[in-house]
Amino acid sequence: MSVSSATEVVDPVPGAEAPHLPRQPDLVQLLTPEGERVEHPEYAIDLDDQQLRDLYRDLVLVRRWDVEATALQRQGELGIWASLLGQEAAQVGAGRALEPGDHAFPTYREHGVAWTRGVDPLHVMSLFRGVDNGGWDPVATRFNLYTVVIGAQCLHATGYAMGVQRDGAETAVLAFLGDGATSQGEVNEAMIWAASFSAPVVFFCQNNQYAISVPLERQSRVPLYQRAAGFGFPGVRVDGNDVLAVLAVTRAALAAAREGQGPTFIEAFTYRMGAHTTSDDPTRYRLASELEEWKLRDPIARVKAHLSRSGVADADFFAAVEAEADELAARIRRGTTEMPDPPGTAMFDQVYAEQTPHLAAQQAEFEAYQASFEGGGH
Amino acid sequence: MSTETLTIGKALNLGLRRAMEDDAKVVLMGEDIGRLGGVFRITDGLQKDFGEDRVVDTPLAEAGILGTAVGLAMRGYRPVCEIQFDGFVFPAYNQIVTQVAKIHARSRGKLTMPVVIRIPFGGGIGAVEHHSESPEAYFAHTPGLKVVAVSNPVDAYWGIQQAIAHPDPVVFLEPKRRYWDKAEVDTAATPDPLFASRVVRGGDDVTVLAYGPMVKTALQAAEAAAEEGRSLEVVDLRTLSPLDLDPVVESVRRTGRCVVVHEAPVTLGLGAEIAARVTEECFHSLEAPVLRVGGYDTPYPPSKLEEEYLPDLDRVLDAVDRALQF
Repeated sequence: MSVSSATEVVDPVPGAEAPHLPRQPDLVQLLTPEGERVEHPEYAIDLDDQQLRDLYRDLVLVRRWDVEATALQRQGELGIWASLLGQEAAQVGAGRALEPGDHAFPTYREHGVAWTRGVDPLHVMSLFRGVDNGGWDPVATRFNLYTVVIGAQCLHATGYAMGVQRDGAETAVLAFLGDGATSQGEVNEAMIWAASFSAPVVFFCQNNQYAISVPLERQSRVPLYQRAAGFGFPGVRVDGNDVLAVLAVTRAALAAAREGQGPTFIEAFTYRMGAHTTSDDPTRYRLASELEEWKLRDPIARVKAHLSRSGVADADFFAAVEAEADELAARIRRGTTEMPDPPGTAMFDQVYAEQTPHLAAQQAEFEAYQASFEGGGH
Repeated sequence: MSTETLTIGKALNLGLRRAMEDDAKVVLMGEDIGRLGGVFRITDGLQKDFGEDRVVDTPLAEAGILGTAVGLAMRGYRPVCEIQFDGFVFPAYNQIVTQVAKIHARSRGKLTMPVVIRIPFGGGIGAVEHHSESPEAYFAHTPGLKVVAVSNPVDAYWGIQQAIAHPDPVVFLEPKRRYWDKAEVDTAATPDPLFASRVVRGGDDVTVLAYGPMVKTALQAAEAAAEEGRSLEVVDLRTLSPLDLDPVVESVRRTGRCVVVHEAPVTLGLGAEIAARVTEECFHSLEAPVLRVGGYDTPYPPSKLEEEYLPDLDRVLDAVDRALQF
């Protein structure tokens, strides 16, 4: 397993051949949409049966969580939900590629990665319910809090990786971003920094084809993975709906980072099957036929087909995973609907390491004002 | 003997050096701060002594400086970012306002952001556009940030060390036109707290508030006023967020008159907030409205006009006269 060197990336003009450079296969795939295992000259993966079943379980549970969250939003229990539907393999594959000591910097859609880091789904639900900005511990889970400003976290990841270098640690950092984010100046700055300092960071771009409504063509005239060449590090495009390929490619990139070989850009080619968020209406900007085409490349169906065909899992296993998914959904539903609102004073906490006298006075004013209603004074 | 005569620039340099000696996690980042020692030479010699990993010549991108500083802080480092000139902080504004300022609250205190953002600010050096601005109100308006402005070598020496040791992000404003002003600095003294204002000249008739480069101007105005028999009390605000108005309120209750001076445009500047708060706290003591002396509500003008734009001794005295005539 190796990461292609920068020089192997093709000429970044669509369709143009670059005869002086060997052509990199366009899309790394290890499991076809039909569930057939295929080999790739550069990326191999060898998982035992249990590991394969575990990946399937991850994919199913993450999707079930996502479906439940969408339902909860429709029922008024969440303010908004950013669905990962269709991107389960990209997220589970990338998340499972992380070593325990590695650190991940998500956008706001990486629920599947959160799952692999052991984050309690309720700590994600609390964000979308409006209780907090994410209830998990970003230090203990090594999974940063969600960053909503597009691309801002890529610089954080790069800076963190520069800290890793100074510590002399064998730790890799995984920065998540979307196709739209590649247009952000800060993302480009992050890649410049990462290259210049050879920081142990991997940029994992889920190209789900749309930035809300705007298609990829508006963000880039070249395949995204080819951009890496301009920054001076390897870029690779992987079938983002193939959990095995994503796992293999991300593992290789993270290993290279840990070994001091610097950054890699991974473009996980996938599709956002749902809306951007529950506030969005994708029928206004994309065709149903496109959705139908991508349904045939479903990230879970292909794993199930492979497990069945190869005899790695039987009907009992699939039924058990379904039952576990239902239990998870019930727990998420119960935990979300029973989640108490935070006290009003919570907004005054933690603005600073130690509350300033000015803020303490403002909080006292707030409390006095609130209390004025309780005795029927108003 | 621990007392030295230092310029503000040299005091900052020594303060940075001492902070780096005290804590191996302190990392300086910025454009041209390494081999060159910074365009104002504030980091002169530090890369040579502490190495390229601790004094980092960054790529030329301010958002990158602040964004990577966030990541370094998450990893346990204490980044000190130099923004080369005030007007160049805006590419980093997103990182400062949406990330640096909010991460402590976002994480419910699980992550701290001990990031110092050093900005040479203010005009009076005959520079081209974007090199003479006073952006403090943008940062003081942002919850989660602290903002201080130093006016003299003593505060520069201690303040930069205190800001670096502080757990919250601090925007550290350096009065660039005063970099060469000198004073005695006792490097063995016990410093005043960072987030406290200070009465720098006692007086009875009018309270004059200033910070950064305008403190010297206010003191010169007080000197001139004294010759005319008027006694001005001058307060160096030192901390702009949080404001420390206790000494100000005490003073205005005595004098009944208050003038705020800053280089930034007056509309929605620090003076506006101070006027509102002083009015609330001192309403029954005030003999005149709180008056503001500041830059005009124009883009900072070409340098041939900056003398007219910037508050000077005469404009301060004019406001003092108006306050006294009420």
